[in-house]
Amino acid sequence: MKLNSLLADKKASILEKWFDVIIESYPPDTSNFLKNQSNRFANPAGSAISQGIENIFDELLRGLNQGNTLQFLDNIVRIRAVQDFTPSQALSFIFPLKRIIREELTVEIAGSQLSDEILALESKIDDLALSAFDIYMKCREKIYEIKANEVKSMTFRLLQMANLINTEGHESDFKGNDKLKIKRGEVKK
Amino acid sequence: MATKFTAKPDELSKIDHKPPKKGWMDTPAEFKEHTFCWGAKGKNLNIVDFPNARDWSPAEEDWKLPENWQEIVLEGIKDRLGKYRSFKLFMDICVRCGACADKCHFFIGGGDPKNMPVLRAEILRSIYRKYFTASGKMLGKIAGARELTLDVLKELWYYYYQCTECRRCSVFCPYGIDQAEITMMGRELTNLLGLNTDWISGPVANCYMKGNHLGLEPHTITSSVEFFLDDIETITGIRIKPTFNRKGAEILFVTPSGDLFADPGTYTAMGYLMLFHELGLDYTWSTYASEGGNFGFFTSNEMAKRLNAKIYAEAKRLGVKWIIGGECGHMWRVINQYMDTWNGPADFLEEPVSPITGTKFENAKSTKMVHIAEFTADLIKNGKLKLDPARNDRLKVTWHDSCNTARGMGILDEPRYVLRNVCNHFYEMPEDTIREKTFCCGSGTGLNASENMELRMRGGFPRANAVKYVRDNYGVNMLANICAIDRATLNALMEYWAPDVSVCGLHELVGNALVMTGEKERTQDLRLEPLHGKEAEE
Repeated sequence: MKLNSLLADKKASILEKWFDVIIESYPPDTSNFLKNQSNRFANPAGSAISQGIENIFDELLRGLNQGNTLQFLDNIVRIRAVQDFTPSQALSFIFPLKRIIREELTVEIAGSQLSDEILALESKIDDLALSAFDIYMKCREKIYEIKANEVKSMTFRLLQMANLINTEGHESDFKGNDKLKIKRGEVKK
Repeated sequence: MATKFTAKPDELSKIDHKPPKKGWMDTPAEFKEHTFCWGAKGKNLNIVDFPNARDWSPAEEDWKLPENWQEIVLEGIKDRLGKYRSFKLFMDICVRCGACADKCHFFIGGGDPKNMPVLRAEILRSIYRKYFTASGKMLGKIAGARELTLDVLKELWYYYYQCTECRRCSVFCPYGIDQAEITMMGRELTNLLGLNTDWISGPVANCYMKGNHLGLEPHTITSSVEFFLDDIETITGIRIKPTFNRKGAEILFVTPSGDLFADPGTYTAMGYLMLFHELGLDYTWSTYASEGGNFGFFTSNEMAKRLNAKIYAEAKRLGVKWIIGGECGHMWRVINQYMDTWNGPADFLEEPVSPITGTKFENAKSTKMVHIAEFTADLIKNGKLKLDPARNDRLKVTWHDSCNTARGMGILDEPRYVLRNVCNHFYEMPEDTIREKTFCCGSGTGLNASENMELRMRGGFPRANAVKYVRDNYGVNMLANICAIDRATLNALMEYWAPDVSVCGLHELVGNALVMTGEKERTQDLRLEPLHGKEAEE
């Protein structure tokens, strides 16, 4: 566990570099804003990224609690999933952490027997990337689901009013959208 | 652009001394799927005699533009510079201080620099300078001027249909430059070329032909209301009998057609019906002036005026004394900022006086049209309503100030006053995200289509982020508002960013809390869900 204490010592500079790398994936005018506006409501994306990577880093040191890690990843991935990124760009923010850690600990790694621990840590970072991929897909699927639901709600009401729909039979189709009021058709009877 | 960025030593060593590859002027807009709305259909543009009507698609290379399209745009700019002094002023006075730069929800949520209001305006200003200023004509790019090429036109279209005219940036501009008005001009110019969107031109055509955006015909409107009346009877035991197109009624009631058709607006409409019944108000619905909103407002000044005209025309035909408007955001802005000069003076109407409280609505002296939030706040203030806010106890409510009601001659306190009286758990979102500084839903000005869902999720992120904060800290589960577009779009936004938070109109909560004369003991709310504390009896 020697590596963990080294990482804990270097936490601030690792996070700073990690944050900078992520922010550089945005255009310069945007990255200045994301970096320098500290109000979490004026700059929700920048704030989610800086808070998110710190939480993720702490989880890495603690040993990755599945539930917590997914939530912290979600806070970042959910944003990048709707921004101007390809899937690979959206998730590219995870891998540089490996390089940054190796750069920050160059001396320490060279002079000690840390390779096993480093390897284990890097595997955990790879796991993070896989989880992030799952989250990314869920976000994208959610967007398509929302789109489909909007169209369904529009047509559903028309069909229902024209008595062309058996609401009970269609309940499962509309399950995803609890805003639809299935009961109204029954009242009519 | 102003920047507070200061490089640190190790960052300085990484500075790349090569100039950037291309400036913003030379970077054409890339049309990314899910960020723009589909093009208009020619048939809808023909219905309202819009020029250059044809089917077209923004995604295709060929926009099927008329041959003299540049001439049309430049003539259009010239015409508008002559007509609107504000437009001329806004083209000239920006000093690029950057105060607006980080205030746009699309920039904050999406990160595209061309969504900074200053840069969005520069897209149009660069054309203005090239053809209408001496410095731009002579110095070209050095003076921030550029030729109107096809790429520039496409860039203008792309970013002017990524602005919801919410005016948040104008609150922070030291000159008060109103980007909403610049966007309106930009959209008018695209409209001259038939470059409208399907989601806007469809409702405009519907409204022109049938009186409302959804194209609901009279029998559909009445049968929709019948549905609500059935539910109200189930909930309260009271059968309400509203009237339609009744001549001689004292008041004409006009609400966005979304309230008649789409949940959760429908619950809000039930609230109106219950309130008016309980008051014994002498009012009528109209199946012709059946739209409070105005999508014409997102195309051109003239079209907005034409659609708006039906409200006064119907008021005159029915011989009412004054008008109440339902919960609608841009209706509020249109009434208070445009209606009077477009279609007024409505001298055949009387200055609105509440028949219940005797209050004169002096702010509506000229327009003769009162927003229902003002009307209800006055009723409560005068103790005319019996309310049981505990019926809304299962809800922890927060309030979303809609852009138009907040920044278009704001109606900020009346809805809050009503809210505090009809529910026991109300939590404000953080200060910089409400009232005049409220964040847009990201789907206004006709951007509430489904095909641009990704854009909507980006634009709505700052709003959703603040909702998420009150959800996590106070357990908020209901986002209330007085705008039909909000009611139609915030559900989707919440589903993505803050699940477990539902959306409602103010008068849904009023309807729940309203103790009606002769009602049975209520066990259900307006959504037919068990009332708080009544679950066991269900």
